[in-house]
Parts: sequence; C-alpha cells; structure tokens
Amino acid sequence: MTLEHPTLALRGITKRFGALTANDHIDLEVRAGEIHCLLGENGAGKSTLMNVLYGLYQADEGEIVLDGEVQRFAGPGDAMRAGIGMVHQHFMLIPVFTVAENVLLGHERALGGLGGAREKVREISQRFGFHIDPDARIEDLPVGVQQRVEIIKALSQDAKVLVFDEPTAVLTPQETDELMAIMQQLRDEGTAIVFITHKLREVRAIADRITVIRLGKVVGEASPDSSSTELASMMVGRPVELTVQKQPPVLTDNRLQVSNLTVLDAIGQKVVNDVSFTVQGGEVLCIAGVQGNGQTELTEAILGLQHRATGSIDLNGNELLGDSVREVLDAGVGFVPEDRKVDGLVGEYSIAENLMLDRYRGEPFVRGGTIDRAARDDFAREKLSAFDIRAQSIETPVGTLSGGNQQKVVLARELGRPLALFVASQPTRGLDVGSIEFVHSQIIATRDAGIPVIVVSTELDEVVGLADRIAVMYRGGIVGIVPADTSRDTLGLMMAGERPAGLRTADPVKGAAA
Amino acid sequence: MTAQQTTSAHGTTVETVELERAVVKHWKAPISYAVLTLVALVLLVVLGRDGSATLRLASGGDFFAIPDAVLPARATGVVVVVLLAALTALSFWAVATVRRLGAWLPIVFGVLFVVGFLTWAGAGSMIPIAGLLFATVGLSVPLIFGAMGGVLSERAGVVNIAIEAQLLGGAFTGAVVASATGSTIVGVVAAMLASVLVSMVLAVFAIRYFVEQVIVGVVLNVLVAGLTNFLYSSLLTDNPALNSPARLPKLPIPVLESIPLLGPALFKQSIIVYAMYIIVPLIAWGLFKTTWGLRLRAIGEHPLAADTVGIKVNRLRFWNVALAGAVAGLGGAYFTLDSNGSFTREMTAGLGYIALAAVIFGQWHPVKATAAALLFGFASALQQTLGAIGSPVPSEFMLMLPYVITLLAVAGFIGQSRAPAASGKPYVKQ
Repeated sequence: MTLEHPTLALRGITKRFGALTANDHIDLEVRAGEIHCLLGENGAGKSTLMNVLYGLYQADEGEIVLDGEVQRFAGPGDAMRAGIGMVHQHFMLIPVFTVAENVLLGHERALGGLGGAREKVREISQRFGFHIDPDARIEDLPVGVQQRVEIIKALSQDAKVLVFDEPTAVLTPQETDELMAIMQQLRDEGTAIVFITHKLREVRAIADRITVIRLGKVVGEASPDSSSTELASMMVGRPVELTVQKQPPVLTDNRLQVSNLTVLDAIGQKVVNDVSFTVQGGEVLCIAGVQGNGQTELTEAILGLQHRATGSIDLNGNELLGDSVREVLDAGVGFVPEDRKVDGLVGEYSIAENLMLDRYRGEPFVRGGTIDRAARDDFAREKLSAFDIRAQSIETPVGTLSGGNQQKVVLARELGRPLALFVASQPTRGLDVGSIEFVHSQIIATRDAGIPVIVVSTELDEVVGLADRIAVMYRGGIVGIVPADTSRDTLGLMMAGERPAGLRTADPVKGAAA
Repeated sequence: MTAQQTTSAHGTTVETVELERAVVKHWKAPISYAVLTLVALVLLVVLGRDGSATLRLASGGDFFAIPDAVLPARATGVVVVVLLAALTALSFWAVATVRRLGAWLPIVFGVLFVVGFLTWAGAGSMIPIAGLLFATVGLSVPLIFGAMGGVLSERAGVVNIAIEAQLLGGAFTGAVVASATGSTIVGVVAAMLASVLVSMVLAVFAIRYFVEQVIVGVVLNVLVAGLTNFLYSSLLTDNPALNSPARLPKLPIPVLESIPLLGPALFKQSIIVYAMYIIVPLIAWGLFKTTWGLRLRAIGEHPLAADTVGIKVNRLRFWNVALAGAVAGLGGAYFTLDSNGSFTREMTAGLGYIALAAVIFGQWHPVKATAAALLFGFASALQQTLGAIGSPVPSEFMLMLPYVITLLAVAGFIGQSRAPAASGKPYVKQ
C-alpha cells in the first residue's frame, strides 16, 4: 500500500434522516497499518458514518474509495467482500449459536462448512492467543470473550479495514488493555483500523491519527500528543471541565442500611448475592462494575421491583424490602432508571405529564380525582427553567427531546419531591458532555443536601469523579468497598473479581471522613 | 464470598458465566402427580367398576398373534393407583432432595394412567388397541404436517397462526382439483400450492407491510373458512362430481406391515403418510445441519446480525414461510385425499390451532413437535374408540379430552420452552 493511495477514503459522505443531517460532507482517510481514531460525542454521527461504510445505510452524497477504486455497497455483504470488517457496539452474534456457527453464518461455502469454521476459529485464536472453544454457545460466554468472537468473525473474512465501534463500553479496564494490544497487533500486521470512541484516555493511548467530529461534521484532525483537555474542547466545541467539582462530604445521620440482600432470577441464579452496605446522608456511594454483574437488580430490589429478594433494606429504620413500589416511593426514594426511554419516561406524554407521573394521587396535582392542570403546569414551567430543559414548551412530547433533555426531565421529577434516598442508575449514559456536567452537579447538590446517594455506573471516570466511597460488584457480590482515591488498576482488578493484596477498604464512617 | 473463590478470572481463559445458584424447589410436577393420583383413586377404586376389560393387541396378518390381555377392572385399578402413588412419592422425594429424574417419570406415569383408565372405561367390553394406534397415526398426520409448517415459519421469524387456513385451503383445493383432473397426485400438488398461497399472503403482510402477525393469521383463518364455506355451498353442493376425488391408495409395505401392534398403524398407509416419515427427519436434519437451516434459524433469532453478514433477511423469510405453507398443504391434502374422501365445511375443525400448540409444546423442534402432535392425536383416537365401545363417560365430555390434554400439556411445559427470539417481529431496515 503506497501512501498516495490510502487503503480507505471516505469523500464527502452526507447522510440525512428526514430533516436531520447526521453526516455532513465528511472526509476520512485510513491507511494500512495505522489506527485512526474517530472521536466525537454521543450523537455526533460516528456510528452513522460507519454504518454507511458498512453498507447498512446508503449515503445521500459522497463516495467510498477502497484501494483507489470507488465502491458501491448495496448491503453489508458487498462491504464484507470488499474487505471491510466491523466489530459492532452491540454484538452481531446469535446468542443460541455456537462460536463456530456464528463465524460460519453467511460464509458457509467459503469456509467449507462447520468443520472449516471450527478450524478458522482455532487458527485465528492461536494467532492472537485467545482461548476460545469453537463449540461454546455465545450466551454462555462473558462479554469480553463475545467481543473476541466478533473480532474473529471479521478476521475470518480477511478484512483489510477493521472498524471498532465503541468497543470498550462493555469491558473492564484490563480487558480494554488487552483489546488495545490486539488492535496494535492487527495494525502491525498491516490492517487499517478505525477506532470509534468518545473516551479520551483510550484515544491518547493508541491512536496514530485522530479525526474529531461534532454535530455531523469533521472539526479537524488532532495530534495523538494532544492533552485530554484539548481533545475534549475540540469534541464539545468549548472549554470543558473534566473533573467533578465537590467539597468533602458532610455526613448526616439518616441512612440506608442494606444487609445480606440476595436476589434470585427466574431460574434460581443469585443475580445479587449476599450484599451488605451502608450509605450515610451526605455521601455518594458509587457502585462500579462491568455491566451485568447485578447492579441493575440491586437498584431494582431497592425500589421494590424484584420479587425474589431476601435480606433487609433499611431506610432510616423503615424496612423497604417487601414493600410495593408505591410504598417505597412514598418512603422518599428517588430513582433514575438505567434506561430512561423504557423505564423513566412515557415518550408520547408531554413534559408536564411526565413530571407528575409518580404523583398521580392527591396533592398537589390531583384534586377530587381530577388533575389540577394549573398546579401541574406551574410546577412544569418552574422545573423547565430550573433544570435548563431545552424544549419549545411544557407540552412538548418527551420522546422528541434529546437524550440530555430527557434525562433532565427524569431528574427534575425524581428530585422534585422530598427525598430520603436517591438512586441513580447509569445517569449519564449516552449523554453529551454538557448534560453530563449538569447531571453530575445535580447529584453532588443532592448529596450536599444531606441525602444518601447511590450512583451505579460502568464508566470508571464517572465513578472516580463522583464517589465518596466505591463498591465494586462482580457476579452479584460486592468484591469490596474502597475509598474514592483507589487506583484505577486496583478498581479494574476488582471489576474482574479479584481482591489485590493490601486492599484498603472503606468502612462507612472512616471512609467517609477521609 | 465471590471474591475469594475467583482468583484469576480475567485474562484469556475462557469460562462460561455461571452465577451461584440458590436451591429453588419446583413443586408443580409432584403436586400435579398427586392430583392425578387422587383422580385415579376416585375413578378407578372408589367408583371402580366390576368386570374385565379385554385389550385386543393382535390384528389379522401379524407374524404371530399376541393373545388378548384380559384385565379385571377393579384389581387393575388398585394396582395402577398404588403404582401412581409410588411415582408421586418418588417425585416428591426427588424435589425435596434436589435430584433430577429425567423424562421417564411423566411418560411412565402417563402410560399407567391411560392403562388404568382404559380398563375402567372398557370393563365388560373389548378395546382394540391396534385400532386405537391406527387411529392415532391417522389423526396425527395433519397435526404433524401443520406443526412442521409452524416450526419452519416461526424458526424463520414469522408467527404462523394461519396453519388452520393452510390446512383448510389445502383440503378444499386438493379435493376439487383431484376431482376435476382425476389425478390424486395433481390434487396433492394443488393442495400444496393453495397452502403456499395462503402463506404468501401472510408473508407479504407480515414482512413487507409489518402488520401484526397474529392478527394477519387470525384474519386469514376466518377468511379461508368463509371462502371455502361459500364455494362449498355455491359450487360443490350442486356439482358433487367436483367433490368426489379418488382417494390415495393404501400401500402396505411388505414384511413391515406384519409387525404386531405397530405394523398396520405405521406401514399400511398412503403415500402422504410415508412422505411424512421422510419429511420430519429431513426438516430436523436440514434445520440443524445445513446452510439453509443455519440461515433460517439466524433470521428468526437475530435478523440484524444475519443482515450484517450479507443475508437477505426478508427475502429468505418470505420463501421459508412459503415452504412452510407447502408442508402444511400436505396435511390439508390428507383430509380430503386420504382420510375423508371429500370436502366438508370447516372440516379441519380447529386442528390448525392444536398443531400450533404442538409447535410450542415441542419447543419449536421438528421431532419434539411431532411427538406432541402424536400425543394430541392419541387423545382424539382415545375419545373416538371409547365412544365406539360405549364408555361410561358421556361422549360430549370425552370430546373435550384432546383439548384438555393440549391445555394441560401446553400450560405445564410452556415455561420451559423458548421461542425463536425474533419470532413475530418484523425486520425493518433503515
């Protein structure tokens, strides 16, 4: 590959969805043997661009040039044949199939049947030092291993260009390091790699070149030596405060005491396994861990959504376990669910209606069985300005708002009544940097008002930034509760279930005072 | 705690994700057994009948004649109830000590219960067991073909409520075309084509226009019932010649037909039944061992993943739903060209829905679905046989039997079967 002919060139790619221009004349060049990072916020248009490249979307304008030849991709099959492979953010694996069957699918003849696919899996595994059983079923494998199957799938088609779409979102820090080593090995073998991410740390660690896109447009190239602050301000378009501003915690005596909490799923697995912890008023306990290690079930159990739970959840002397969701809410628990669109909001309802969703009984919004629209609308207007919700009016359907504004509606509702406990699950997932700053400041304000706060997050940066203490969950259990200044390496090991020697733990009072 | 157990979990070792399990005891099975044992006790002992039931196990032409089994009703009842009670106790013990017993227990329990019931109902008369088995196979054939159509369609991601319409359309077309052309084979082909047509309507609405598949299926069932009723009364009643097809000849297979008990039931059948013996294993092999099956299952589980490897999801769905129709059409042809000999109004009588139940009960697996269909066929055959010998149970009550068994079977096992993940969900491309 000569440098005059980059392996892959995207020229003037434009993709519109109705009135929205997701990609606006984007140019991108990727050469063989380099890792090209595509950096941008959530919603900047990175995934759209890659779906155009992969043939899943058809571009409205522009062309894709591979090794000097203009390509026409009618579907992913064409892109694959041209040598473009993709490791998808949401794995494109069939859970009930084996590894070999997933690799075989779509290429049955080329691979020579299941036997050939098994052989291919073994061969590629050996090349990269994976230990993957070709006959293991995908749904039985941890996500980190599933991702390797995705990589094997792409490599089995001899991909010249390999796209990694937000590949680290589901990985522990150690798994992320391993993935980066794999990417470097691929690069050194001459593969052109496109690495899509919004995580600055990863970009700086691995990129040979960086292209930053914002609101569907390329804003420029950045040097891999740029500082995180420089990259962040390029990505967001203004100077950004990357650290969360907060004072040392001032503890109060109201608190949550969870003891020996165990939650079973439908087939009797302990998705939460004998968990005990305490949160005091005025502190943030962050629950860290890779997605799917029981965090969701733990927060749902606190809210009364898990019926097969045993143990005790004591909030200021009031036992919550066994109470209905209504009773838990009445006890003063505010809850930001993991998936705001599914569990947090009714998309077709207006902002005003969503803001009173959990207060449909009695004062202040309901009088004599009918909704007091004046009271509701006053409340909504007040929250609209207090939480800086960008919408045309309080009548706007919530489903039409951006992710950041939707999350502000959820926060405004949950923080809009007197609270005894605040639980936020993945509060900034999928939000832009501006909204993340706002959500973080609201969480800290809640803590400073003397309310116990639990934040569940899979983003280590967020955990470290917000927490007064950190509980790490792994396979349903708490590996340990440690001070907020614990090193990322230690946290990473704990997220994989290990307890490093000499681990400092943070018991409720000491840790919080430190 | 978890932390101490796991020392070196991350890294390159492959491990399957297994959480610690709590002991959850499911008392559903033993309680069901206890209830059934109680029913048996009341029926066979408390309300026991005197006299003996003669179970005729032989039929003419066997290699050797198995002698009739003469069972005294009351004594047999006592023995059966004792055995059932023992099995129930075993089941309770297994749950209490968290042991797995395997599939033999429900089967043995069921066989014993049926034997007890037969001797009770047949006290003082003779029950032709060989005939009962023959009827079982006969009544199961359309169910099995229907179930295969359901398995294929749902595995490809399209819910097939329209099995009833496919059977009925096939039955009608098969009768008319075979009568008009004088060729039963042409009739069979026409039945398959008619059924494919019904499937294609389902496929177009479900795949192209994203209409809710259950609704399309139900509407098709009503539509085909209405259409065939109309054509039957306006066309066939005035032209009986159009509704008198030649029947497919029975083709006994030498030697095999003389196997005692099973020979006549299995090997003295028409070409359609023999085709079934080939089609069911063929579908099972094809689904799990061929490229076609791999792709078919992929589009029913995760169509987007299939799309990303270059599979044309909707096109493949369309043709597999059409294929499902062709298979179900054979079941339709069986009604008019084999078992009955002419078309009558709504002659499928809801069997399409029972076939659907067999699909679910059979966990979307061709062989298991066939076994489920045979169970439902047996229940219907039992009802017919007992009606013929004059059982003490009112025949109207006995008519419920197949459906009660279907209901119990589906309700009891439905939690354990998992549908193809994308079944019923249209695949919409941006």
